[in-house]
Amino acid sequence: MSTINSPRPTLAKMPGSILTWLGKNKEKWTSSLLILVVILYVAFLILTPIIALMIKAFEKGFGAIVTSLNKPEILSAFWNTLWISVVVVVIHTIFGTLVAWVFVRHRFPGRDLINGLVDMPFAVSPVVAGYMLLLLFGRNGFLAPLIDSLGIQVAFAMPGMILATLFVTTPFMIRELIPVLEAFDTRQEKAAATLGANGWQTFWRVTFPALRWGMIYGITLTFARALGEFGAVLVIGGGVQGRTETATLFIYRALDEREYIGAYSAALLLGLFSLILVMGSDWLRHRKH
Amino acid sequence: MNLQTTLTPTGKEQVTPPPLGRWAVRSVALSYLAVILIIPLLVILQDGFRDGLSEFWRQITLPAAWDALKLTLWTSTVMTIINTIMGTLTAFVLVRYDFPGKTMLNGIIDLPLAIPTLVTGVMLVILFGPQEALGSWLKEQFDFAVMFAPPGIILALLFLTFPFVVRSVQPVLMELDRAQERAAATLGASGWTVFWRIILPPLTLPVITGALLSFARAIGEFGSIVIVAGNIPFRSQTAAVYVFGEVESENRLGASAVSIVMVAIAFGLLMFANYLRNRSKTKREIL
Repeated sequence: MSTINSPRPTLAKMPGSILTWLGKNKEKWTSSLLILVVILYVAFLILTPIIALMIKAFEKGFGAIVTSLNKPEILSAFWNTLWISVVVVVIHTIFGTLVAWVFVRHRFPGRDLINGLVDMPFAVSPVVAGYMLLLLFGRNGFLAPLIDSLGIQVAFAMPGMILATLFVTTPFMIRELIPVLEAFDTRQEKAAATLGANGWQTFWRVTFPALRWGMIYGITLTFARALGEFGAVLVIGGGVQGRTETATLFIYRALDEREYIGAYSAALLLGLFSLILVMGSDWLRHRKH
Repeated sequence: MNLQTTLTPTGKEQVTPPPLGRWAVRSVALSYLAVILIIPLLVILQDGFRDGLSEFWRQITLPAAWDALKLTLWTSTVMTIINTIMGTLTAFVLVRYDFPGKTMLNGIIDLPLAIPTLVTGVMLVILFGPQEALGSWLKEQFDFAVMFAPPGIILALLFLTFPFVVRSVQPVLMELDRAQERAAATLGASGWTVFWRIILPPLTLPVITGALLSFARAIGEFGSIVIVAGNIPFRSQTAAVYVFGEVESENRLGASAVSIVMVAIAFGLLMFANYLRNRSKTKREIL
């Protein structure tokens, strides 16, 4: 194939001239070969499945997607997902910023250990995360007496699902903000203080604007991860239809009940939603820099 | 306490908050982490070891549990090997070569991070499910089952961990000084020699870090695997799916024991990866 483009028309004359050509243009063909291998791998591994889902969801037309999604049970599932994700994002934005701040600005015993613990949710299976909360708040859970006396239901209810999603998404905000805070030049804050700003003013006027982009990216990652959470909310929420069923739990049930068009449409919608979210903030960040 | 304090016109220490506020901020941050992360972890440790070490060991070595752990470990290992090779190659191609569609390829690498893993599972079922064109063709022609079998698990894991090695190697490769390679080539080293002797050594740490991250991430994967592999004990049941089954059937001890093993392996590897990453970072800063 590449011999056609070869500047050396010696192919017909000498046997083994392909080898000669390959030997002389080693750099060129290795690079083309490596590029080809990588493109094929990425196309096979990542693009083919995505395209397959799109084709399958659109098989019966756009109308079929809309009708299959326009059911009260699905709408309530998506609503639950959205609601959980928003609450989780708000909590992590506030407390995640605080934690990142304390890690960068404070020195205290056990700091390295706790810093390592922040990454733990990354290593804990979502199923295990949900199960931990079940051990705490379930029927015979450690905190069951306390919860019962307060009259709140945590397991198999929204609070439990929010806690589970909080656990799974803990690292994102903190890990996004720590490097930004570390790179931030504290002389700016000192200057502000010198000019008479109080601590609060310094934070809002000087530190916060510097953190803004890290925060936006942290929020996006947290949001996308929360939207797609499955294992943890399945275990702690139980996936009760119409009550604790989220979008992912609906997809799981629909597949189980062989309600394929609904499952595929919901999967496509959920995938597109988090994709737009992440790509959008990526694009914003690139435009900014 | 320092120059800045004396410069403050009001004479108050303002950038560093007063000890009380400092203490308050710190305790709020740490109790937040304790509530979200540490208490659940302690509870599961307590629960798994509540009947002693021998009972813990018995639960892990139950045939179904042991098989699930073995399946998880070997599929994750196979995935890690493929992902390490292909991820390093992808990073190399992205950093060193120019070709049409390069920016797009670079963007596609991160897609798996944005797609819910359950959706990944659905995608793979559409491609390789026994009723689908590709899946049934593979089954008939080669008697090769992807779904409800280890290949499906490995494929799902490859999909979701693809960014890790690439994104770990890429920045280091970008910073490499190419003068050394040219010098080696001038001295007569072949392409392979340059790759093995000059390019690869500084990449070792980031490659291993990326591989460890992939492995740690793969151990606990549930959403895509439960769709792709189903829940067939001794054949396609991974540790996470096993734990789910034990929770459903209210075998608390079994669920806790296997959970602890999974968390210990994944968390240990993650800590090791963090340690390596810090080491390679400080090494780069020194050089």
